[in-house]
Amino acid sequence: MNNKTKTPLFHVSRRAALPWYKTWAIRGAALLLALVLSGIITSLVTGEDPFAVYGAIWKGSFGTTRKFWVLMQNIAMLLCVSLAVTPAFRMRCWNLGAEGQALIGGLASAACMITLADKLPNWAVILCMIVTSLLAGAIWAGIPAFFKARFNTNETLFTLMMNYVATQLVAYYCVVWESPKGSGTIGIINPKTQIGWLPQFPSQKYLMNVVVVAVVCVLVYIYLNYSKHGYEIAVVGESERTARYVGIKVEKVIIRTMLLSGAICGLAGLLLVGSTNHTLTTTIVDGRGFTAVMVSWLAKFNPIWMILTSFLLVILGRGAGEIATKFGLNRSFGDILTGIILFCIIGSEFFINYEIKLTRGAGKEG
Amino acid sequence: MDNKIAAVTMRNITKRFGPTLANDKVWLNIYRGEILALLGENGSGKTTLMNMLSGIYFPDEGEIAIDGKPVVIRSPKDAFALGIGMIHQHFKLVDVLTAAENIVLGLPGKLDLKAASKKIKEICDTYGFEVDPDQKIYDMSVSQKQTVEIVKVLYRGADILILDEPTAVLTPQETDKLFAVLRNMRDDGKAIVIITHKMHEVESLSDRVAILRHGQFIGDMPTKTTNAQEMTNMMVGHPVTLNIDRPEPVDPHPRIEVKDLTVRDIEGTVKLDHVSFTANSGEILGIAGISGSGQKELLEAIAGLQPVESGSIEYVDDSGKREQLIGKDPFAIQEMGVALSFVPEDRLGMGLVANMDLGNNMMLRSYRKGRGVFTNRKAPYKLAHQMVDFLEISTPSVETPVRRLSGGNVQKVLVGREIANAPSVLLTAYAVRGLDINSSYLIYDTINSQKMRGVAVIYVGEDLDVLLELSDRILVLCGGRVSGIVPGRGAKKREVGMMMTKLGGEADE
Ligand SMILES: Nc1ncnc2c1ncn2[C@@H]1O[C@H](COP(=O)(O)OP(=O)(O)O)[C@@H](O)[C@H]1O
Ligand SMILES: [Mg+2]
Repeated sequence: MNNKTKTPLFHVSRRAALPWYKTWAIRGAALLLALVLSGIITSLVTGEDPFAVYGAIWKGSFGTTRKFWVLMQNIAMLLCVSLAVTPAFRMRCWNLGAEGQALIGGLASAACMITLADKLPNWAVILCMIVTSLLAGAIWAGIPAFFKARFNTNETLFTLMMNYVATQLVAYYCVVWESPKGSGTIGIINPKTQIGWLPQFPSQKYLMNVVVVAVVCVLVYIYLNYSKHGYEIAVVGESERTARYVGIKVEKVIIRTMLLSGAICGLAGLLLVGSTNHTLTTTIVDGRGFTAVMVSWLAKFNPIWMILTSFLLVILGRGAGEIATKFGLNRSFGDILTGIILFCIIGSEFFINYEIKLTRGAGKEG
Repeated sequence: MDNKIAAVTMRNITKRFGPTLANDKVWLNIYRGEILALLGENGSGKTTLMNMLSGIYFPDEGEIAIDGKPVVIRSPKDAFALGIGMIHQHFKLVDVLTAAENIVLGLPGKLDLKAASKKIKEICDTYGFEVDPDQKIYDMSVSQKQTVEIVKVLYRGADILILDEPTAVLTPQETDKLFAVLRNMRDDGKAIVIITHKMHEVESLSDRVAILRHGQFIGDMPTKTTNAQEMTNMMVGHPVTLNIDRPEPVDPHPRIEVKDLTVRDIEGTVKLDHVSFTANSGEILGIAGISGSGQKELLEAIAGLQPVESGSIEYVDDSGKREQLIGKDPFAIQEMGVALSFVPEDRLGMGLVANMDLGNNMMLRSYRKGRGVFTNRKAPYKLAHQMVDFLEISTPSVETPVRRLSGGNVQKVLVGREIANAPSVLLTAYAVRGLDINSSYLIYDTINSQKMRGVAVIYVGEDLDVLLELSDRILVLCGGRVSGIVPGRGAKKREVGMMMTKLGGEADE
């Protein structure tokens, strides 16, 4: 027989749903804890004043008007790609191919700018860019979707694979369209005529992207939460059998949603090539296709919260770079801080869902 | 009996889940050589109470004593060490392993399957089980799996056995077998607790009953001194009538005509073999049969969810116009103007979306009605509110995910949504499975009121007593074929039972 009759000191149990202000209080506390923790670690490990480090991160992001707008542009682009993967994620379809879908959209834009510059007027070139880049992104996502719907292939592997194909295609065209010859890069496209450069607000070069993405954000939010398609996506994601039971054509929804996902990625590619960079490289998407996965998850697939999470991840990323140069620290140190902050934020979800109860009379011998 | 030492004493046990008080200062004694029936409506805290004995949950307050000695049960392992074994509502077996492997899984010491098989055989012989130690779990029927679970806890030396609604998944024959085994175990001096909603099982099997209501202990008494009516009143808290109405059908005429329907599953096994029948409006057609005789395929074929090999399923509307339903999916059937409602067996896996709230689940049938590309979100939530009031669904709010509701309330949400559609055909599969008496009667009443509205109801049931009381006609399926169709009024249970196991049912006589 078991003689150890000590009651456990505490036990963990699931909470009833908390009111929203309490959940946000917990999240806020987690962020604060993360900052304190990282501060302590910074001063312990490097001897730097943690406030100076945080100050540097802040200055690096908001220090000048230019830095501020670069920050905004980065947030907008990350948000755009995150918005793209979210409809698929809501359907429990893990589209990890946003990187490739955006890249192929960028390739389509660049192709129009380069090959149509002397054949069509500017507005027609831009129209072609918009149509082809959205279409290219959609096709890139549509191929894995078709195979998933038809043969139930694994979309995770398939979309990942499509990333490599896209990168290789772009690498090939970088050589075909290289300028100047022998450089192996495309360089600024149509620098003189500026044909195919998307229109800008006169005051701010990056404002256009921010506005476009803000509009897309609202549209995606409405689409997911208030449209019939959005509802079908949610049902298919939760239970395909229930979807069939009410006559939703699951295959159609999978393909339709992935096409949309790919098209928004294509839009991101269009903005990167046509508005921000006016050139094309294999790394133009800069890993956003993967960071977007985290942005979307952290925000629980809610487009509005994703504004916050993409803000957070961009600041963390830039801050890491900033302190690395400023204090001569290893870049990995920035990554350590990022890790601590993400750990605290994700950990806070545990305390939102569970509570820890101390047992009364703990330790009493029975 | 009073001077006997209780095998288990639970004193003043309280358990909360967030704001829910699942058990409220419960006192309970369990004795050896006795079968105790633990009764209570859905959500009254029976499972929670037993889970604290088997080490799944830890009580917030109160003490547990085994054979008079206070103990602390922190994990299922502790429970096993004390001789407590529980057979849960949902089995916890590994499909790809054999019975013997599952039984010894997780036990300390060297794995000796030969010796294990021998010991399993001994246990089976002692109590009258039938288990093939080398059979894989995925090859087993639900009742065989349950037997493996029982042998598993006996193998580990349990002498206090808890069974949580074991008969909910069994046919009448399988239930009889299980009860014989339980009686043998009782006579062997084991303490047995059984949770069930079926009154005739309580009366035929148990020695004592204990009743919970809203988490509180209401009372216990020897089964001999009480009756179904008294027990039900104690469970519900006020007097209830235990009769199922069977109003005369109103103006019946053919609504669904099934002719020579043949269905094969993906492996090519024949599930329905030239099934023909007519379901009339204003009438309840009961479908009886051993589980797996083709009931599921029949309903799903009518609902447009099951590919059909041959035959025809025609819908006849009030003006006598006929429409073929085969080859159409549920949406196409709805588009044709056929209001067909279906309460499937798998409530959370098919009829509802477990993670969505009540309002969103109401929307499953109506989301296409919204204006333009948008859904109408107001109407479904309004409907959800009405359902909560009308069917007495107990839920914190209409924004609660249905997976948080108890089985009975989940079923009410599903049935409520399906009848809100004003159906002309209502298909139900095991509509009261796992429901307590009060909820069951509410569902019977609801189905009857649909019949009075002129709906053609096809009711697949497993409780023969209920089928005989409720149905206007009973179609008996046996191995995918129609064994016979008998009028519900005056049908004999024995007769129908016979038809379930043998085509036509007469051959045995
Ligand atoms: N894990 C859990 N989390 C939250 N609430 C629970 C949990 N388990 C049970 N409950 C709630 O506790 C009450 C009792 O449930 P239960 O013991 O399953 O009842 P019964 O077995 O008698 O139907 C119900 O209101 C139920 O919703
Ligand atoms: Mg229960």
